[in-house]
Amino acid sequence: MFYREAGQYKTSYKADSAIFPILQDRIAIWFYLAVAFIAVPLFGSEFFINSMMIPFLIFSLAAIGLNILTGYTGQISLGSGAFMGVGAYSTYKLVTIFPDMNVILAILLSGFFAAFIGMIFGLPSLRIKGFYLVVTTLAAQFFLEWAFIRIPWLYNYNDSGAIEVPNRRVFDIVVSGSEASATTRYLVVLSIVVGLTWVASNLIHGRIGRSWMMIRDMDIAAELIGVRPLVAKLSVFAVSSFYCGVAGAMMVFLWLGAAEVESFDVNQSFLILFMVILGGLGSLIGSFMGAGFIWMLPIVIRAIPKILGLDINASTVEHINFMIVGALILVFLIVEPHGLARIWAIAKQKLRVWPFPY
Amino acid sequence: MDFLYSLFVGPFVDMFSTPDFLLQVLWEGFVTGTLYSLIALGFVLIFKASGVFNFAQGIMVVFSALTLVGLYQAGVPAYLALLLAVGVMALLAIGVERLVLRHMVNQPDIILFMATIGLSYFLIGLGEFIFGGETKSMITEQLGLPTGSTTFAPFGGVLILQHIDIAAVVIAAVLVAGLAFFFSKTRIGRALRAVADDHQAALSVGISLNQIWAIVWFAAGIVALATGIMWGARSDVSFALQIVALKALPVLILGGFTSIPGAIVGGLIIGFGEKLFEVYWGGLLGGGVEGWFAYVIALIFLLFRPQGLFGDKIIERV
Repeated sequence: MFYREAGQYKTSYKADSAIFPILQDRIAIWFYLAVAFIAVPLFGSEFFINSMMIPFLIFSLAAIGLNILTGYTGQISLGSGAFMGVGAYSTYKLVTIFPDMNVILAILLSGFFAAFIGMIFGLPSLRIKGFYLVVTTLAAQFFLEWAFIRIPWLYNYNDSGAIEVPNRRVFDIVVSGSEASATTRYLVVLSIVVGLTWVASNLIHGRIGRSWMMIRDMDIAAELIGVRPLVAKLSVFAVSSFYCGVAGAMMVFLWLGAAEVESFDVNQSFLILFMVILGGLGSLIGSFMGAGFIWMLPIVIRAIPKILGLDINASTVEHINFMIVGALILVFLIVEPHGLARIWAIAKQKLRVWPFPY
Repeated sequence: MDFLYSLFVGPFVDMFSTPDFLLQVLWEGFVTGTLYSLIALGFVLIFKASGVFNFAQGIMVVFSALTLVGLYQAGVPAYLALLLAVGVMALLAIGVERLVLRHMVNQPDIILFMATIGLSYFLIGLGEFIFGGETKSMITEQLGLPTGSTTFAPFGGVLILQHIDIAAVVIAAVLVAGLAFFFSKTRIGRALRAVADDHQAALSVGISLNQIWAIVWFAAGIVALATGIMWGARSDVSFALQIVALKALPVLILGGFTSIPGAIVGGLIIGFGEKLFEVYWGGLLGGGVEGWFAYVIALIFLLFRPQGLFGDKIIERV
């Protein structure tokens, strides 16, 4: 009814293989971007921007990183939390060693450090996969956690062992640190996330992304038709870790303001894996949906007792939250293993053919 | 030169100059290794029978121990609480089979693995919701487990053995012997082995897969309860244990995913290796190496012998 492509003829291969082949989709994406760039900063409250939108975007980027690795290439990783940590700590080192450096540049550069570390820990994936790979990524997780505590050079030998974000200006606007306003940080995060999502989309739809998916679907067949597993696997670990690293750097520099090792522990890795599963393996839009869902759900659950006037203490709500997330994952895996992204696709299909069933 | 000395010579000099301390370290390693083995045993049981890599095993350890302590604190006598905890594990096994596994037949292994991660989150929430999130101490004395310690004097030094540790080793040995008997001599045990060997063949001779899955999850639950009691008696019962329980994964890589003797030997190797490395070489790296040593050993092992020490020879490799 509202969502018809009748009359939209594709006259070139380019139009036929476009990512958003339907006009309404293209309008929708520009609409979402306009809302995100204009409406949210203008009308969003400080709480909404700082506690909901910024973490949502940051976790979305981390989820995209893990989704490239797990959803598109089929390599499960439980080390994404640690790779976020690599991004955060290397940004910290960069901005303290070079105080005049553009902090946004430092955040993006730190992704390359994470990519390098990710490639090293991705090496075992050349010989093993599945559960075995889970263990090697756990090795990365625990080894890097240990390194963040025991190598004092990483946090400049300060007593607290935490990294504190200095106030840094870009073009005379305070971007990071305690003086930066939520709106500024939001716009920076949004720009980085949108830009990197665009890059990810192009990577996935291009030759390299197809080689990743071939490795996922059947590695031996992929090798037979000329995909080099070494290149494909190491590149996917590098790209995935780059995204996680940038997400981690943004988490500390543009959201939390300070961080300790606990921000990058194995639970963080689980959380991002859940976002990817719930959102939908192998789907960029699913990464956003999963991140939004997992991040917003506890906020909603915390708000419910207040609305109903019930007096439930915070820890109980936290426990119920755990139960709901766990149960939801089970339900999703049983009912809809392809996650929210598939539900979204089904809904769109229904809208297209409405009011007829086919 | 100093560094090389402290890497290759110093630790061994330390070891042989104070042999009593070395014995103490080895004993500690032996006991933790036994507990790692027990957790890994739970993994192996389920993996053999259903091909599911049960990530929730570590949580089941904590959950069962928490149930036991929680029931006791609610006024149930200790032994009755133990029986009830066994009952809860049976219910959990049936529930998992009915509500989760049955609906996920023919899904890829990875999806099943992620389902067990979801299950572990659910159990964390449930356990904390019912029994509270604070750490509890295990009801060691009430269960009739020995406390106290014995001091020996080998080589003119001091060697302290906690009685609870000795009990843990004995119980682990009994449990393993019991399982071995169950697997080789009983009708259900033979059915379990048949299922582990070939699902379809087992189905065709009339073995109920659903029943076997419930039984094997229950067996893993019993192992988890025993592990939970022992570990709870050594430290406290809290969900921090789940991080420790993750160490069963490197143990499995060493031992092989399908081998019970492998789980035991792997656990002991990790236990010994970890303690020795921490005590004698940890200082070089600033300490705290226990957290990752097991994983790095597993990583190195994977490069040379991916099927583990005793695992099946067939392994999917690229």
